[in-house]
Amino acid sequence: MPGVQTPGSSHVRPLPAMIGSVRQALSVARKDLAIELRTKESLNAAGAFAIAILLLLSFVFDVTSEETRNIAGGLLWLVFAFAGALVFNRGFARELPNECLDALLASPLSRASLLIGKAIANLAMLLVVEFVSLIVFGIFYDIRWWLHPGELAAAFVLATWGISVVGAVFGALTVNLRLRELMLPVIIYPLLIPLLIAAIEITNLLFSAQPSQADQLLWGRLLIVFDVVFTALALLLADTILIT
Amino acid sequence: MPDAIALEHAWKFYGDYAALRDLTLRVDAGSCCALLGRNGAGKTTLLRILAGLSPFQRGRVTVFGQSPNSEKAREQVGFLGHGIGVYEDLSARENLHFFARVAGIRNSNTIANDWLDRVGLARVAAMPVRQFSRGMRQRLALARTFLHTPGVLLLDEPFTSLDDRAITMLSDLLTEARQRGATIVFSTHQLREAFAIASHVALIENGRLCYTGERTPEMLDDPALLYRRYMDAGAA
Repeated sequence: MPGVQTPGSSHVRPLPAMIGSVRQALSVARKDLAIELRTKESLNAAGAFAIAILLLLSFVFDVTSEETRNIAGGLLWLVFAFAGALVFNRGFARELPNECLDALLASPLSRASLLIGKAIANLAMLLVVEFVSLIVFGIFYDIRWWLHPGELAAAFVLATWGISVVGAVFGALTVNLRLRELMLPVIIYPLLIPLLIAAIEITNLLFSAQPSQADQLLWGRLLIVFDVVFTALALLLADTILIT
Repeated sequence: MPDAIALEHAWKFYGDYAALRDLTLRVDAGSCCALLGRNGAGKTTLLRILAGLSPFQRGRVTVFGQSPNSEKAREQVGFLGHGIGVYEDLSARENLHFFARVAGIRNSNTIANDWLDRVGLARVAAMPVRQFSRGMRQRLALARTFLHTPGVLLLDEPFTSLDDRAITMLSDLLTEARQRGATIVFSTHQLREAFAIASHVALIENGRLCYTGERTPEMLDDPALLYRRYMDAGAA
């Protein structure tokens, strides 16, 4: 009678837990980005949507007026939020053909790593859409968005991470719904209100020549708190969220 | 011998419908248990519960003493369901490399390449899976399932739609897994193949366990014996 294979007797030695979880999350993100680079399903849809809306709105508003400059952050972040929904809908839907989601959930992959990996992929895709949109925005709205590049990049990464985590969590929850394309935006937009307000305010500040440091700090802190709270919730509730 | 898998009075409901009814089953570590039963009997539901993919409402289910949903249990499980569980837009190598990495394997590239060789896909390793034939996909799915040397293999109708080459490969992989002491639970309608591999048999009907025990030589001689004795007789 051969020996019995019991826990720990696997021929493959796993990595330490923390390093393993980070590596797993990065693997999930890298896999999603590799698939996206080949299919361009999300990037084409979200990018085309964002550019089309920004272009159309440039005809609605007088782009030379001060008032338009004051709502520039609002325009941008509404477009990003809607474009984000197109990205998030594909995140877990990508796992449905061939029952890949079952293969992942039954594998040793930690469910928190799966959610965070999806959020990282969402972040990367949405940042690409945002960068392209900013270039278009600069051209059509005559706004010099590059005045404070470091602060703007930090604000965009913080705000986009918050949107991406919420998108990953609710993308997972709605993946098996028949009307997921409709349900996902309906669920996430109310939750994103505080984050979008902070993102809009900080973006407007950074588009001005001399932004107030105190206001930047205030809205920046709100973005950080939102990110920390929703990332922690995603990590804590991953096992509950991802039981099929 | 310790239990690798234990279900005690497990109930699973889909709405009002009980897919598993008070099911108690123990599978010894190192054994190979064939789950038999007609369509809709509850075999897939049982395997999905053991793989941590489906919650159950009553009873107790453990894999090596752990909840099937726990990471510790899943580290030990290799699951092959009805879907092949690989990505169409990635190559065979990328798929195996990805699953090796998420399994926490250190030398994931080497292991992925070894398995590509093993299942005869090394020549097409860089080709996207969408260009694969059905048989090639199945072999890749087998490599994905066995990649991390799982201690428990849960296979849902693994022989279905396999060509002769893939059947031989699967039989070899299962034999090798048994030799290293892995526990295997698989569902099938192909009784002859099942009895040739299995050390134990569990027969399920309408979510209930009708029979469980060792596979006997008379089952090999007359594969339909169990169905006649425990199901058709009950229906009559």
